[in-house]
Amino acid sequence: MPEAGAIVLTLQLAAMTTIVLLLLGTPFAWWLANTRSRAKPVLEALTAMPLVLPPTVLGFYLLILMSPDSALGAFWVQVTGSALTFSFSGLVVASVFYSLPFMVQPLQNAFEGVGRGPLEAAATLGASPLNAFFTVVAPLSVRGFLTATVLSFAHTIGEFGVVLMVGGNIPGETRVISIAVYEQVETLNYAQAHQLSAGLLVFSFVVLLAVYLANRRIPVRVF
Amino acid sequence: MLSVDVQLTLGSLTLEVDQNFELSGITALFGPSGSGKTSLLRVLAGLERAQGRIAFGEDVWLDSSANVDVPVHRRGVGYMFQDGRLFGHLSVSGNLRYADRRADRTRDSLSFAEVVSALDLEELLPRRIDGLSGGEKQRVALGRTLLSRPSLLLLDEPLSALDSDRKAEILPYLLKLPGQFGLPTLYVSHSVEEVALLADRTLVLAAGRVRAEGETAQILERLDLQALTGRFEAGAVIHADVRGHDANFHLTELVFDGQTIAMPMVPQLTAGDQVRLRIRARDVSIATQRPKHLSIRNILDGKILELVEEAESAYAELLVQVGEQRIRARLTRSAVADLALEVGQSVYVLVKSVTFDGHAP
Repeated sequence: MPEAGAIVLTLQLAAMTTIVLLLLGTPFAWWLANTRSRAKPVLEALTAMPLVLPPTVLGFYLLILMSPDSALGAFWVQVTGSALTFSFSGLVVASVFYSLPFMVQPLQNAFEGVGRGPLEAAATLGASPLNAFFTVVAPLSVRGFLTATVLSFAHTIGEFGVVLMVGGNIPGETRVISIAVYEQVETLNYAQAHQLSAGLLVFSFVVLLAVYLANRRIPVRVF
Repeated sequence: MLSVDVQLTLGSLTLEVDQNFELSGITALFGPSGSGKTSLLRVLAGLERAQGRIAFGEDVWLDSSANVDVPVHRRGVGYMFQDGRLFGHLSVSGNLRYADRRADRTRDSLSFAEVVSALDLEELLPRRIDGLSGGEKQRVALGRTLLSRPSLLLLDEPLSALDSDRKAEILPYLLKLPGQFGLPTLYVSHSVEEVALLADRTLVLAAGRVRAEGETAQILERLDLQALTGRFEAGAVIHADVRGHDANFHLTELVFDGQTIAMPMVPQLTAGDQVRLRIRARDVSIATQRPKHLSIRNILDGKILELVEEAESAYAELLVQVGEQRIRARLTRSAVADLALEVGQSVYVLVKSVTFDGHAP
């Protein structure tokens, strides 16, 4: 398959982004679900921004933020020795911002649905807050985790504008499927474009169908 | 000994409690809704953050002045919630084991099997939580709380979400278990019936403050608390000995300070048993001469101890000494005037019905 590299890179990017988002998004969503801070609506609005902004706008600002001239970009160069822009690492950072609402919102909803009750009960039974989170809140939020993981993964696979702005089109580094499709069409190579596009189309449908089916069927697990 | 001196403001409620609890048997926290009973229980468990000091025996749980605030999971209290709060992702046995695994085993030797059998949970063990009835859920919740091997049991209106049949299903366990496992228990309730039945001591809360504390029988006979202890269900708790059954008329006869009373037969009682009875004030009438030709069978000799006429109402409340114990009566003020009743007068106490509350502690 001529575009195998793009497909592998896309899956790597989506997997990496989803893992980072699970690690960062879970505590953030937990905080949002439980805080009484006045900053909460501000942070919720910021989290939802990627849903409404054109990806080019987000990509443009990320490009400026990550460029070696900026503080963050310069720091990255100092630590790793290479620039964040037009690199795989830069794509992961950008994708984390871009897909943030898809991780945080389902998790926040799930945590709010579980409420304080089970956590309080676990505490009176001797569970520390962290232990109570992993043994009670997380299993009761399993649907939220499933939805958040699948949507973040799928949404990252489908991104185009942000990648184009901060990543460009470097094979093996930043050339993901959506970029490859764009280039094949630009060069009037429709057969290749069809293969990739149809593949993404089927993949997206199957993933979303799986999520909706799972949300309907998965009973909360009984040990 | 649990010594509590806490302040907490929650919305419109200001809780200010300075009280030592003796902690033997069951102590009821009683009061109308919004009086702060549940908030006090939550403060004791550490679920609500208060200012002040809480010490359980040698252990200091809260001391704001020394910045001590032991988190919930290290206080070793068992808290049974109104709604049970069982974990829906675990089976009944999973819920019980959750508590069992995390318990501090040094506290006592109570075993998993003992709790399961004391609460008759064997059949429920493999079941899912969402398939349980309300009564079964509370039984599992009580078992789970006991399996956390608490040093203090806090029960937050465990019966309030249940209908009367389900209540009757749980009550025997609540009566028997804290004693059986030797656990000091605080029991939040707004039902006089439950308090009379379960509690050895009662603390009355109103608007966030302690209004009275003492033995349940003494609290329930206090006329000045009746706005809090309720008029309709108000009454006295008395202790009596079982003399025997009258199978013919289906009655159980009791001796009460030398005088005899009868109630509908309770077959599980045997002669010599000590029982606790509740006599509601509205089921008691007063006569100045021993009545004849009357359907009421329970007629006792007594002496009026207190008499309170309620302003702006048709009623008066009496406290009557009968032997060593006291009974409350609720009469109309016009009856009090007609009979010229006054404190110190000897009267006949006519008891229309007696509620059997359980074995005496």
